[in-house]
Amino acid sequence: MSYQFLQILWFILIAVLWIGFYFLEGFDFGVGMLLPFIGKKDIERRAIINAIGPTWDGNEVWLLTAGGATFAAFPNWYATMFSGFYLALFLLLVGLIIRGISFEYRSKDAAPQWRNTFDWMLAIGSFLPALLLGTAFANLAQGVPINGKMMFTGNLFTLLNPYGLLGGLTTVAVFLLHGANFLSLKLDGELRARANKLSKTLWIVASVLYIALGIYTYVAGFWARGIVNPGFIPLASLAVLLAAGYFINRKMEGWAFIMVGLNIVLTQITFFSMTFPNVMLSTTDPANSLTIYNASSSQYTLTVMSIIALIFVPIILVYQGWTYYMFRKRITTDKKTLVY
Amino acid sequence: MDTVTLSRLQFALTSVYHWLFVPLTLGMGWFVAFMQTRYFQTKDETWHKMAKFWGKLFLINFAIGVVTGIVQEFQFGMNWSEYSRYVGDIFGAPLAVEALLAFFLESTFLGIWIFGEHKVPEKVHLAAIWLAAIGSNLSALFILLANGFMQAPPADAFIINKVSGRLELVNFFSLIGNPKGWVLFWHTISDGLVMAAFLILAVSAYHIIRKQNVALFKRSFSAAALVGLIASVMLFFAGHAMGQFMQVEQPMKLASIEAIWQTEQPASFSLLTIGDLSGKQEVWSIRIPYALSFLACNNFSCEVKGVNELQPAAVAKYGAGDYVPLMVVTYWTFRIMMAFGFVMILMSAYFLWAINHGDIAKAKWMKWVPWLLILPYMANASGWILTEMGRQPWIVYGLLKVQDAVSPNLTALDLWISIVGYTLVYGSLAVAMVYLMRKYAVAGPDAAMQESIDVAPALVGSQD
Ligand code: HDD
Ligand code: HEM
Ligand code: HEM
Repeated sequence: MSYQFLQILWFILIAVLWIGFYFLEGFDFGVGMLLPFIGKKDIERRAIINAIGPTWDGNEVWLLTAGGATFAAFPNWYATMFSGFYLALFLLLVGLIIRGISFEYRSKDAAPQWRNTFDWMLAIGSFLPALLLGTAFANLAQGVPINGKMMFTGNLFTLLNPYGLLGGLTTVAVFLLHGANFLSLKLDGELRARANKLSKTLWIVASVLYIALGIYTYVAGFWARGIVNPGFIPLASLAVLLAAGYFINRKMEGWAFIMVGLNIVLTQITFFSMTFPNVMLSTTDPANSLTIYNASSSQYTLTVMSIIALIFVPIILVYQGWTYYMFRKRITTDKKTLVY
Repeated sequence: MDTVTLSRLQFALTSVYHWLFVPLTLGMGWFVAFMQTRYFQTKDETWHKMAKFWGKLFLINFAIGVVTGIVQEFQFGMNWSEYSRYVGDIFGAPLAVEALLAFFLESTFLGIWIFGEHKVPEKVHLAAIWLAAIGSNLSALFILLANGFMQAPPADAFIINKVSGRLELVNFFSLIGNPKGWVLFWHTISDGLVMAAFLILAVSAYHIIRKQNVALFKRSFSAAALVGLIASVMLFFAGHAMGQFMQVEQPMKLASIEAIWQTEQPASFSLLTIGDLSGKQEVWSIRIPYALSFLACNNFSCEVKGVNELQPAAVAKYGAGDYVPLMVVTYWTFRIMMAFGFVMILMSAYFLWAINHGDIAKAKWMKWVPWLLILPYMANASGWILTEMGRQPWIVYGLLKVQDAVSPNLTALDLWISIVGYTLVYGSLAVAMVYLMRKYAVAGPDAAMQESIDVAPALVGSQD
């Protein structure tokens, strides 16, 4: 396999990992943020947590794998981005820590304060990563200051520009919507009705923000700065988001969930193709940009990694899919069936 | 402090912390899997309760391992970006393989194990815990192969690219076949089993003294004493293998953990050495003749080089600089680890003997057993501190120094924010975890049979 082919292949694989992560953790984060609002009583909150209990950790591994794969396939990208976004990533990690611990710990003590604290930690710990990831990705689309030594020269506040923040808020809104749709699929009775109702409102908020982000992107000319034109894909992603509204109103929960999921996937595809073959655009001097060519590892490493990925990714997909199938039943507020 | 020191401080804090919880996960997984298998085979309710009870403690510990592990994965790029550029070609691969092969396995199947009882077929539920245990031990293997590369890069695995100055992988099999990584692994899985065994011994002793669930805890105690003995002996032999390795690969580390200034042949093992204030001279010591030669190369007469010879040699080879690790730390952490290792071998052997000679429930020493839990934790942290500090000033031995590895864009303020932040977050985690561990350990198996503790009466501001 030629070197260039491998570089493109790994770019695509990393995009796939991020897409998988956004799709799966998207609803996990949404459910986490909604927890204190949809769950009024303790038993209801437990039901909500049980809806993602068996699978959230597996979903999070998509992020770890995206990180590890970037390290292996594009070390310079990993190095520049992770050191550059230092404080943002630190906050993201704090979010993931307080969130992860809450799943396991919140139900292990009966004191109301204990549970309430962990519930809010779960919500905040889901909100922070969603906001920060959205902000980080928007900044990647916009470009960031990078000098001739591939070093990021800004700081946390460089990232907190209007476009970045709009990206962050849009991500939060879409994840909330995705989470509400997931809950209407997984829960029953009163909780399902509440999730349904919330989904309608969230759909409006998400759509407005999404359209604003799209217009901003277009007007500012962040559109197609690489060699690929995303073409109709962004339009299709808007179309499925609008379609989701129709299904939400018709209470066709499965379709609503699929549509918002598709919107996330298509948005990510748009994002990754907007700057290709650049992976980090430099606003200091376009010549300093990181591309899949100057950021990648050697041909040998990419070959080895390809073989490993081609063997294991399908296996992982099968057993993760199977897990969802095994836990496909709706969750009720029946105490006996709840674990967490 | 400069950013290199601060980055080191932060990395040391977060790694040692992560590492406090990992070995228990590694070892306890096997114990729980074994207990559940026995239950599956015999349908004896005691095995069921054992799997549930130790499984609860396993999970409380596991949660912290997971959340602190994510930080580890990100930290290389965040704090050591130049390192990541330099070795990404090589180091990234085992890390990515770890995620693909191990993390997916352990997280998915642990989820099935936690939620699956009575929901998935019993055989699947049993397989799930085995797969989770295998997954976490596989993750240890790959991360230690990565670490093994930093400790002793196998010469035929890589070349230095003349244009970019970066390392490039040329032989994946020599990377994953690196003997240094495999001894680390062997030492570490034994360490995990020892850790789990001593936790089980400690908690069982607590209940045996109080005459609660004596049958169950005696059974746990015996199993743990047996595994504890085997694993701590394995630990010794793996450590011995490491010493031999070090003699060849990292002679400076060996000299520094032994506080040897002058080259010796045959070399004696220092039981206690007091250096002068500069730390460069020996003042007084008690030594066991020949023992170090044996530890380092399996015979009683080989030569072990001293710091006074190695430092000028390193300068000649790598240029000016201080190549001697901080000896007070490497020396004492090595003593602690070794001494505690021997104590644990003796203790577990004695427990095994006592189980077969009389009723341990009546033994007077039982009330001291819970305190032994300190031993594996201290030994484990000491082991890593000596391994990592003994490799100073190198981050990749002989190839890249720590001072050249740090992210150049970070400011001291950035690092202080994250150091203080992690300390606060990790500190609170420790409080919650110790509270829950204690609570569940003390409450015993009957409480653990319930999936979740009884529903809270009402949340603040709502009714139930
Ligand atoms: C000898 C074994 C070992 C060693 C040396 C380390 N870890 Fe670890 N790690 C584990 C063994 C382990 C584990 C036992 O497999 C854990 C504990 C809990 C868990 O989920 O897996 C884990 C968790 C864990 C996770 C979370 C996995 C998840 O979400 O399921 C990550 C990302 C890392 N580790 C990464 C690292 C890195 C980058 C290390 C290097 C400093 C490191 N670990 C040292
Ligand atoms: C692949 C795995 C590992 C890698 C790549 C790694 C790498 C590093 C790096 C980059 C540093 C900072 C530079 C330095 O000051 O030495 C460090 C320090 C340290 N690491 Fe590791 N490490 C690994 C595993 C571990 C583990 C699992 C532990 C367990 C606790 C550990 C314990 C330490 C300690 C105690 C220090 C501080 C030493 C010092 O500051 O001098 N390391 N390691
Ligand atoms: C019984 C005698 C023991 C011997 C002879 C021994 C030997 C060693 C040696 C030589 C190293 C350094 C390896 C290197 O830097 O390359 C080491 C590292 C280490 N030791 Fe031990 N050790 C012993 C007991 C223990 C015990 C009881 C524990 C913990 C329960 C422990 C935990 C560790 C750990 C965690 C490391 C870090 C490297 C690793 O194994 O992954 N050791 N040991």
